[in-house]
Amino acid sequence: MTMIFGVPMAVFMGQLTLGLVNGAFYALLSLGLAVIFGLLKIVNFAHGAQYMLGAFAALLAFNILGINYWLALVLVPLTVGGLSMLIERFLLRRIAHLDHLYGLLLTFGLALIFEGTLINWFGVSGARYATPEILQGGLNLGFMFLPTYRAWVLVAALAMCLFTWFMIERTRLGAYLRAGTENSQLMQAFGVNVPLLITLTYGFGVGLAAFAGVLAAPLYPVSPTMGSSLLIVVFAVVVIGGMGSILGAILTGLGMGVIEGLTKVYYPEAANTVIFLVMILVLMLRPAGLFGKEA
Amino acid sequence: MALIQQLPSRKTLVSSIAVAVASTLTFAAHAEISDNEVRIGYLADMSGTYRDLAGPGGLTALEMAVEDFGGSVNGSPIVVFSADDRNSADVGANTVRGWIDQQNVDMVGGLVASSVTIAVTKVLEENDRLGLVSGSAASSVTNEHCTPNHIHWVYDTYPLANGTAKAVVEQGGDSWFLLTADYAFGHALEADVTSVVEANGGEIVGGVRHPFPTSDFSSYILQAQGSGAKIVGLANAGADTVNAITTASQFGLTQSGQQLAGLLIFLNDVHALGLEATQDLLLTTGWYWDMDDQAREWAQRYFDEVGSMPTMVQAGIYSSTMHYLKAVEAAGTDEAQAVRAQMASQPINDFFARNGRIREDGRMVHDMYLAQVKTPDESTGEWDLYEILSTIPAEEAYRPLSESQCDLVQN
Repeated sequence: MTMIFGVPMAVFMGQLTLGLVNGAFYALLSLGLAVIFGLLKIVNFAHGAQYMLGAFAALLAFNILGINYWLALVLVPLTVGGLSMLIERFLLRRIAHLDHLYGLLLTFGLALIFEGTLINWFGVSGARYATPEILQGGLNLGFMFLPTYRAWVLVAALAMCLFTWFMIERTRLGAYLRAGTENSQLMQAFGVNVPLLITLTYGFGVGLAAFAGVLAAPLYPVSPTMGSSLLIVVFAVVVIGGMGSILGAILTGLGMGVIEGLTKVYYPEAANTVIFLVMILVLMLRPAGLFGKEA
Repeated sequence: MALIQQLPSRKTLVSSIAVAVASTLTFAAHAEISDNEVRIGYLADMSGTYRDLAGPGGLTALEMAVEDFGGSVNGSPIVVFSADDRNSADVGANTVRGWIDQQNVDMVGGLVASSVTIAVTKVLEENDRLGLVSGSAASSVTNEHCTPNHIHWVYDTYPLANGTAKAVVEQGGDSWFLLTADYAFGHALEADVTSVVEANGGEIVGGVRHPFPTSDFSSYILQAQGSGAKIVGLANAGADTVNAITTASQFGLTQSGQQLAGLLIFLNDVHALGLEATQDLLLTTGWYWDMDDQAREWAQRYFDEVGSMPTMVQAGIYSSTMHYLKAVEAAGTDEAQAVRAQMASQPINDFFARNGRIREDGRMVHDMYLAQVKTPDESTGEWDLYEILSTIPAEEAYRPLSESQCDLVQN
């Protein structure tokens, strides 16, 4: 059997594939954070909780209203993103002129409230969300058995990432957004409703988190704490990629997924720390992040 | 993160006022009970991975015991404090230190994550207070980490390995791959399982120590599949176990001929995973709510208060607290060593423990049970989850004292 660094080829390829799947998740979540930070300069610590809310909304929508997975994939991000616009309009906007730290504290507090409330209702054991029938089963890739659902997650997450990148970097709306963050007064002078743009952007970023939450629901037990452990990793990904860099978030997310996946084979004890080691290295060598612009 | 420690509950406040009044009236009568109050601290994971197996439900169980005992011992009121240890040894040890320094707490109950327990029992030993450990699994708690100041009540990794691993090897599962949570508890369970599997003619062919907690187990399941082992043993607990079982079913682990062996599975885990995913799983438990009339009767009372059936840990918290309060009453003092000696002098036979006794290493040995998760067809209700297959007698279930490394045991 062909060996790569002392590991059979098949195992190596399998881990690489799983790393990409996890990386797609990281990419999707860090993308939302990067959009929000890049355009609003808010460090959204509620992102993990909003991801969790997405998963919960999908679960409750199915259990109570009988809304299926595909519909949830569209409706949940719209609902969670839509409701989060209220947070931007009535809370974040009031502290927009203050230091970033206040936004961080406010969103962190919100995250604790969301989590605590749901823990009180549902406990932490988590509930299961059934995989949609068409995505059950698995694909035999020769070197591994890949559950169909994970392949779908990879495709859906990447498609969403590309769509977002295209929206922001290649469309007129995206151009308004970018210009609005550069110089909002000038944009308002041109008759563009910048505050509305900002509200919509926050809603969109949170919608991405909720979309990731719906994607995650059939993979992991849906539990109020599912977002908090992920959030720190995702922040590390954003820092490595460069705060606010859209493409950086996507590529770094995928890369970190792969690095973490390989660590799980070679030295599993360090799997939770390896991303932070990379973060320290990057901060030492390129403080603005791999894809960030030097300030 | 440790913002929510040590907030005294309203109940505490009310009872403190009651105490102030009572103590002025009866001060001279029972000077042996410090501060004229029996002060109990309940320390557990109230919000994280292990919340549902002990957590707020365990606090309710403890308060039920206090209430059933009458709320006071020889006229001295019983006061309960509670705090969230957030599964952090630092937070746990500091909380208990604060309880002892500021509130003069006599006994600490709950105690879930083994790493927290080991740190806390050191603090209890330094200050000569008593700890009743109900949630922890590591058998090292009463082995190399034993102290004269704590008693381990419900179960530990030795009977888990001895019950489940032995039964699985006897059924032909003789090659194992272990998924181990990378901290004190996981290591203890791994060591105990390894020796049981090898003693019964089986072999450990590989394993992974994963960080605690881990949400994505796909990589580890893939490694387990590649190992060719017949049995994939889960030496982890709580959400880690639930995640691992979910992922294993997604990757078709059992369809490809391998079998899962959950070494520490709680009732709430099986309830969360559902019988479809867990059916036929073998497990060892210290108690099951539906095992007999006495158990059912207590469980129903608990259910009426909490809304879910109790785990063995929650039942054990009631049982240990009740035994402690009886000992304080009989000894006439809340001084740790006198109470411990009194507790050890009495056998324990209640709705929870059968043939229970406290050994000199602090291990409360009692009958354990080998159980199997029912199939969806066999189950008649939401909480009808286990079938008890056999009883493992108290004296066989736990690590014999002759193998003990505890300093308190004369070998």
